Amino acid sequence: MSDIAHDEHLHESTGIETRKLAMWIFLSSEFMFFGALISNYLLFKGRVGYPEPYPSEMFDIPFTSVSSFVLLMSSLTMVLADHAIHRDDQRATRTWIVATALLGMVFLSGQAFEFTEFVLHDPPMKISTNPAASAFFTLTGFHGMHVLIGVIMLLTLAGTSFRKGRLSTATGLNLESVALYWHFVDIIWIVIFTVVYLIK
Amino acid sequence: MASTTAPASTIFRRPKQTSGWMSWLTTVDHKKIGIMYGYSAFFFFILGGLEALILRLQLAGPNGTVLDANEYNAMFTMHGTTMIFLFVMPVGAAFFNYMMPLMIGARDVAFPRMNALSFWIFIFGGIFLYSSFLFGTTGPPAGGNLPGGATDASWLGSTINGGWFMYQPNAGPRFSTGTVLDFGAIGLQILGLASLISAVNFIATIFNMRAKGMKLLRMPVFVWMTLVVAFLLLFSLPIIAVALFMVTFDRQLGTLFFDTFQGGDAILWQHLFWLFGHPEVYILILPAMGIVSETLPVFSRKPLFGYPAVVFAGAAIGFLGFGVWAHHMFASGITPVAQAAFGLATMTIAVPTGIKIFNWMGTMWMGKIKFTTPMLFSLGFVALFVIGGLSGVTHSIVPADWQQTDTYYIVAHFHYVLFGGAIFGIFAGLYYWFPKLTGRMLSERLGKLHFWLMFVGMNLTFGPMHWLGLQGMVRRTWKYPEEYNFGTWNMVVTVGAYTIALSILVFMINWVRSKRRGAESGMDPWDARTIEWSIPNPTPEWNFGVNPEVQALDDWWHRKYDEDDEGRPVRKAEADATIAQFHDQGVNPPAPIHLPSPSYFPFLAGSAFLAIGYGVIYHTKGWGLPLLAFGVILLLSSMIGWSLEPIEEEHEEVHA
Amino acid sequence: MRSRSRRRSVTFALLTSLPLLLGSCIEGSPLDSLDPQGPAARRIDELGTPVFWIAGVILAIVLGGLAFAMIRYRDRGQADPRQIHGNAKLEVLWTAIPIILLAGLAVPTVQAIFDLTECEADAMEVDVIGHQWWFEYRYPEEGITTANVMVIPAGKQVCLNMTSDDVLHNYWIPKLNGKRYLVPGQQTLLTLEADQPGEYWGQCGEFCGLSHALMRARVRAVDQTDYEAWVARMQQPATLPADGTPAAAGLAEFNGICSTCHVIEGVNQLDKPVGPNLTHFADPYRNVFAGASLERTAEHIAEWLADPPTIKPGSFMPNLNLTSDEIDALVAFLQGLDPTKGN
Ligand code: HEA
Ligand code: HEA
Ligand code: HEC
Ligand code: CUA
Ligand SMILES: [Cu+2]
Repeated sequence: MSDIAHDEHLHESTGIETRKLAMWIFLSSEFMFFGALISNYLLFKGRVGYPEPYPSEMFDIPFTSVSSFVLLMSSLTMVLADHAIHRDDQRATRTWIVATALLGMVFLSGQAFEFTEFVLHDPPMKISTNPAASAFFTLTGFHGMHVLIGVIMLLTLAGTSFRKGRLSTATGLNLESVALYWHFVDIIWIVIFTVVYLIK
Repeated sequence: MASTTAPASTIFRRPKQTSGWMSWLTTVDHKKIGIMYGYSAFFFFILGGLEALILRLQLAGPNGTVLDANEYNAMFTMHGTTMIFLFVMPVGAAFFNYMMPLMIGARDVAFPRMNALSFWIFIFGGIFLYSSFLFGTTGPPAGGNLPGGATDASWLGSTINGGWFMYQPNAGPRFSTGTVLDFGAIGLQILGLASLISAVNFIATIFNMRAKGMKLLRMPVFVWMTLVVAFLLLFSLPIIAVALFMVTFDRQLGTLFFDTFQGGDAILWQHLFWLFGHPEVYILILPAMGIVSETLPVFSRKPLFGYPAVVFAGAAIGFLGFGVWAHHMFASGITPVAQAAFGLATMTIAVPTGIKIFNWMGTMWMGKIKFTTPMLFSLGFVALFVIGGLSGVTHSIVPADWQQTDTYYIVAHFHYVLFGGAIFGIFAGLYYWFPKLTGRMLSERLGKLHFWLMFVGMNLTFGPMHWLGLQGMVRRTWKYPEEYNFGTWNMVVTVGAYTIALSILVFMINWVRSKRRGAESGMDPWDARTIEWSIPNPTPEWNFGVNPEVQALDDWWHRKYDEDDEGRPVRKAEADATIAQFHDQGVNPPAPIHLPSPSYFPFLAGSAFLAIGYGVIYHTKGWGLPLLAFGVILLLSSMIGWSLEPIEEEHEEVHA
Repeated sequence: MRSRSRRRSVTFALLTSLPLLLGSCIEGSPLDSLDPQGPAARRIDELGTPVFWIAGVILAIVLGGLAFAMIRYRDRGQADPRQIHGNAKLEVLWTAIPIILLAGLAVPTVQAIFDLTECEADAMEVDVIGHQWWFEYRYPEEGITTANVMVIPAGKQVCLNMTSDDVLHNYWIPKLNGKRYLVPGQQTLLTLEADQPGEYWGQCGEFCGLSHALMRARVRAVDQTDYEAWVARMQQPATLPADGTPAAAGLAEFNGICSTCHVIEGVNQLDKPVGPNLTHFADPYRNVFAGASLERTAEHIAEWLADPPTIKPGSFMPNLNLTSDEIDALVAFLQGLDPTKGN
């Protein structure tokens, strides 16, 4: 997703590789994005008098704990992939990338399952049931979208590694910035899980 | 960062054109992108201006009959939205794009293709917004229990009409049942994305691509302001993105965020909007402040007075700008404690702004002031901006604002800061840097005519609005009765507006003529201070023939001048030789230069947003979802194609 | 050359301040916010006026300095100036002075905010409800519901509890107080007090849809005895026409069509009336209608009934396709709804 007007003479003034730097910058913006969504949920969740059910009555904490754990593990595999590429171990890199993507997909399936449960529940909790539910689905839905985009980037990376035999640094997409992104999405989930699911 | 060249890529053959329309479509050159930003922004300026001229006709006298209520509401909304999101922001991007890399001595921005992507997203976002004139529908409010409220809108009246800040629930699904506000919400979302991408790009560029020796405190103030603006964008755009998603979901998916009948919150929208909206106004003004911080020293032949203070004040304005949003909501029933806190916070912004103003005056003090056109516009900027800033401070006196808010007094305030500030600054920049684009000068005669017409017109237009507002003229009212006694001054305002339009025509004539027949500028026509003037005009494709090394603030000046014992500049003996040498290097780079290759993908990815936007609006129609899917696939595949494309083709040497 | 640029600088300074000078000579408008007629508005004016002056002085200093620099330091072919890079003392000075000034402004501002956002204990209460595009007033203690014209006793503070039935509106009677939003789903508060009996004009401030411009307001302050008389007559049921008069035909029309949206006490009841309460539509104090945008004359009423949406775009009162006979009857009926006339 990125490219560089590169020129041997132009040094990186900060010493951080530009694509990584850009990812950091972008993520600081994402931080505000999720901050706004989370505050939004917090604002509505406590209001009384909405039609039932409230999201907080619906959570299946054990289930979500498991899927959170899966996502957490995916950060670990991501780290392993990162290590592998630094060792220039192409095979291991590829394996760990694919593993990360798979874990991400497991998490997504968990979320899809959770949403379905909510909607099929009696009385159902849909996005239009009450503002708290609207805020819940919007927040977690956007998080899910972020995971999905991460998965797509990982799969693209994996695909490149098959095609050319190696993960090239000349193409725009590179492992390190995807890894940054992935960890960020993971951390945000930890925050969401704590603030939305665990704190009453 | 050695160039590991990969084999020519996938899907398409890389575009090769360097001239003709295809070269513009596929270019990743920051200068071409800057120029395209500039022309499109100016095009939207004319549209936004025409909208203002139309609404001024309606208001010229009491009980105007030129427009109906629908059309009037559409006109002021489109006017405000266009001017802010389609003119001042992109024109800022134009300057950032063209000038910032030159001023830090870079070959291009950090991510040239992403830069092109920002531009194309902006263009398609603008097209999308304006297509509401063709496709948008207005509907009866569904809030009443009855089918009243229906009025057929003409094409002029069927575009975005909820005001530029789209207050909820008026702009929600209940009270605006047509599609126009979907165009509004989704269009702004698309435009926001464009700005977000360029913000990331500019920050990365400024952080990482500076020439050797260009320490942070050696950067020109304009670059500093670019950086501050980019950070403001970075932190404020996600908030408006969330808000716009919420209203889009309310309208499309049945969420209830702002549906006050079902527990939604109307004031939440205001918090979210202004949490973005206030930083936004500094996004609009800081580029102009950066520009005049460049021009005032050049035409006073003195360095900027208090450079660190000016830089710091700019950053402080940006920082404080995040803590004052609720001053747009003093009358909305927030608690007195909040009103007091936000009132005081708002006042504090006067301090860093004052620092800037006084330092600019300090720059001129004891200088040798040349009244060139860019200088006149810069002086106009200072004078008019102070008027607007001071009326801003009168709003921060909270109880006084309870009288002022929602009246033309506010309209006067923000036109003084936006027109007198941002726009005068922009014109100063255009006159100042025109030679960089073209190698020619804009005519000073026409330039001065332009300035005086605009200066007089501007004061005629927006000056009387102060007292119209204090006399009780409420904004966004499509007509006013005789008894209010507003007629005379409104007529003056309208005459003023047409005077401004005349001045813009003069400018356009000047531009077109000078581009072809203007006097040749040579390399350094203003005897300027910063390194963008150390390369030939028009700027060569590769910017710097040799990567510059910077030894001081105002590096270029110091290459030309020494200081005598009194501290007066003395032109170095070798100054002319230096200029000639730099010129030569610029025209004939001594070593081969790699430039990033053009690409189709930014254009394709940008155009995908058109399909996505319509797809979302029309998802209930049979063809809506397929269109949406097409858009998403187009976007994804161009992103993937792009990420597999090497940054530059093998050995595409521009110059040997 | 020399005199030209001097002249230029002078014109520049003059042109910048000219509009502001001219500003002082506008004729009064009924919405003039600089002409306070009650304690709240006066408090605001007393706070705001010095601020305008201070701002004016700062402006004069800055523009004066600018003009001075432009004249004194213009390029007359003199030697290049000394390259001064700054001055720490000055820097501190022009940071400190504004801070001190603003701190001085902050104190009375905060005081005024707190003083003006609460009601006195013995204030009278009126509920204000915003509708697209008219204001409804309810007097909870007196049991009165009326529209467009709020009648209040002069010299007494009235505490407005405000909310909206649809979108945001913004209640503003410039001569009596600043604005406050009417927020659907929430309550907001505003006080009104008029020193003297009189008619005070107002206007909805917040953009609220098509007829925002025509959403106006009136406050009529009367002395205490007149106020009590008004309350007493408002508490009566409507003055209904005698049988056989043209107005009686209007009453029949009303029962046929209008009663689905409007209430006239003594004639019909509605759970949630859509239109203004018309019980005492022709009370002498209620001299305007349709969001206080029209004088209550027979011609205007007839125009209104003929096609409300042409008069107020988007109006929720539809065109009912009344014949001119029906309209005449209705006008007679409506103009007879005057509690001072009795029957
Ligand atoms: C370029 C854009 C821009 C800029 C720079 C500003 C600058 C400021 N604005 Fe403005 N503002 C807008 C654009 C801008 N504004 C817009 C678009 C709106 C309306 C939105 C809408 O409703 O549609 C608005 C509305 C607005 C409001 C809300 C009014 C209302 O709706 O009720 C307020 C309230 O406090 C406000 C205050 C200020 C202040 C205090 C500043 C300060 O930054 C000004 C600081 C500058 C100076 C003070 C002058 C120089 C200083 C000195 C010479 C030093 C000495 C001075 C003192 C000691 C006082 N602005
Ligand atoms: C940068 C921002 C900007 C700029 C430059 C302007 C410029 C102008 N604005 Fe502004 N305005 C806003 C931002 C801006 N405005 C905003 C944000 C609002 C609030 C909207 C809202 O409430 O939602 C607003 C609202 C607003 C109102 C209040 C409407 C209302 O509340 O009812 C008015 C009323 O007079 C007005 C007038 C004008 C005029 C006369 C100009 C003039 O300066 C325009 C000058 C004219 C031109 C630039 C046109 C040039 C045209 C030609 C030269 C013709 C050439 C012809 C061809 C090529 C065919 N504007
Ligand atoms: C569908 C609902 C509806 C019906 C039916 C209706 N009205 Fe109305 N009427 C309204 C609404 C809503 C308003 C407020 C309009 C505004 O001011 O914007 C109104 C306003 C009025 C007013 C102005 C009141 C004031 O004080 O501002 C009068 C008079 C009036 N209607 C008379 C009538 C008569 C007579 C009829 C029957 C012939 C009638 N209305 C039928 C909805 C209705
Ligand atoms: Cu109600 Cu504007
Ligand atoms: Cu603001």
